[in-house]
Amino acid sequence: MPIVTAAGGHPTTLDGAGPELASPGQYAVEISGVTKIYRTPGRSTPAVQALDDVTLRVKPGEFVSLVGASGCGKSTLLNLVAGLDTPTAGTVTSVSRPALMFQEPALLPWLTAGKNIELALQYAGVGRSDRGARVEELLELVRLGGTSKRRVHELSGGQRQRVAMARALAQNSKVLLMDEPFAALDAITRDVLHDELTRIWTTTGLTVIFVTHNVREAVRLGQRVVLLSSRPGRVVREWAINIVGPRTIEHPLVGDLASDITVSLREEIARHAGHSAA
Amino acid sequence: MPATPLPSALETQHLVVGDGVEPADAAAVNAGLDALEEHHEIKTPLGVRFARSVLPPFLAVGLLIAVWQWAYLMKFKPDYVLPSPGTVFSTIGGLIASGRVFEVLWTSLSRGISGFAISVVIGTLVGLAIARNRWLRAGFGPLLTGLQSLPSVAWVPPALLWFGLSNTTYYAVVLLGAVPSMANGLISGADQVPPLFTRVGQVLGLGRWGYIRHILLPGALPGYLAGLRQGWAFAWRSLMAAELIVTTSKLGFGLGQLMDQGRSLSEMDLMLSAVILIFVVGVGIEVLFFRPIERAVLHSRGLRPAHAR
Repeated sequence: MPIVTAAGGHPTTLDGAGPELASPGQYAVEISGVTKIYRTPGRSTPAVQALDDVTLRVKPGEFVSLVGASGCGKSTLLNLVAGLDTPTAGTVTSVSRPALMFQEPALLPWLTAGKNIELALQYAGVGRSDRGARVEELLELVRLGGTSKRRVHELSGGQRQRVAMARALAQNSKVLLMDEPFAALDAITRDVLHDELTRIWTTTGLTVIFVTHNVREAVRLGQRVVLLSSRPGRVVREWAINIVGPRTIEHPLVGDLASDITVSLREEIARHAGHSAA
Repeated sequence: MPATPLPSALETQHLVVGDGVEPADAAAVNAGLDALEEHHEIKTPLGVRFARSVLPPFLAVGLLIAVWQWAYLMKFKPDYVLPSPGTVFSTIGGLIASGRVFEVLWTSLSRGISGFAISVVIGTLVGLAIARNRWLRAGFGPLLTGLQSLPSVAWVPPALLWFGLSNTTYYAVVLLGAVPSMANGLISGADQVPPLFTRVGQVLGLGRWGYIRHILLPGALPGYLAGLRQGWAFAWRSLMAAELIVTTSKLGFGLGQLMDQGRSLSEMDLMLSAVILIFVVGVGIEVLFFRPIERAVLHSRGLRPAHAR
């Protein structure tokens, strides 16, 4: 069943498709003409436009990387898809309530690794008797089998982020949103987690929207890279990635495409150079 | 120097390196990283912990008794004003031998514990309501902090008029002393729950009660426990004040009444005995009840209690 987050009273302008016409089978996530303006109740502060008419359609099982400089509204966009916020205009639809991973593992420190995952299972409607086995399965999937009794503070940064991944998978959603999940990790751990994410994505068939400011990471992981502009966020350009076979961050084609995208990203950032004084 | 294009041989070699990574490597690197990053807790030996935490307070008490004994020997004050430690301890010994001390302690402790229990229920509900509601917080938050700094002994005379010579008077004073601390503890604990966890709750679809049950209350637990500890201290203080003022034989004989008896009989050793017993109960509850709970809660989250730093 599609979940539709529509802005109050605003008809969707792009492609003439209203929220009612969103066909659930075709896209896993459909962002149509989404604008987000933050207004502070105070009189003098001007409204901030975070997103401007963003349209992005993600097919089931697709892996889309979203890149952009800071202030491009990447996180705002994910929050809208996750249903944590509502758009000012436009519609966001998703085939199921998305799971969301943050830059921080955001594990609850008063629960063990296993109980953190179990909480997600409980609210995903998994019966009490099935949860224990499912927790072990998920921990095995992120290569942390046998650690369910561990406390969060007993795990390393990479391990915590893997437990967070297991928790996100426990939500049994078809859509996984990731908000710079590896930004705080060291390069080696990040490389390993890239491999793990690719493996999990291949085995589960999840739809992934991966937000990052690291262009190489975006190319390493995604099937498609979408570049957002900053203030307000708009879709500037898209690149399809057709690299056959296993990819690493050092793959020359990854490097080449990342260079191309970085050129566009730099142009996009340079555009703001004149505005800083204002 | 002119920039030379990359020789194709190097490029090919680069490709081989890039593509040569076997998927199995990820697991191995993973396992290696986990092994390297593992945090091992270093346990302090029991003897060292004893020497660091248990011994110093005993030494301090011993020192105070020594100063007292010295002051007694110097005859700064006549014996009936400043009795020796030995006299006071033998008075306590006599109270213990006659069994009277247990009756007195039980009267006060049972009042204190029931008053504390009622305060926990009310303080928690009040704290939760104020922590969750912006208007209640704006209205009652400052009031609660004001109440916290009001000496609860000030409530004894009005409570006496409202509730008369009854146990309700004691409970009313204990409640007015303890509830603000407990509520404030829960509120400050709730404020310390990171906003990120609120978003986690939304993402997991916990809903309002799920959020309170799984995130707000466990997240606020350290602050809440600190509030309960302080609440106990205030409850015990208020109770002693009330017992000192509301002395009637029909309500049972507590520590405050014991002290008052010492005062009316001009028996300094009895008064000091009561002071020591009040102190011992207050510290005893703190050390035997609150500290272990706080330590266990913080330890399970990889934190250390403030008093152990």
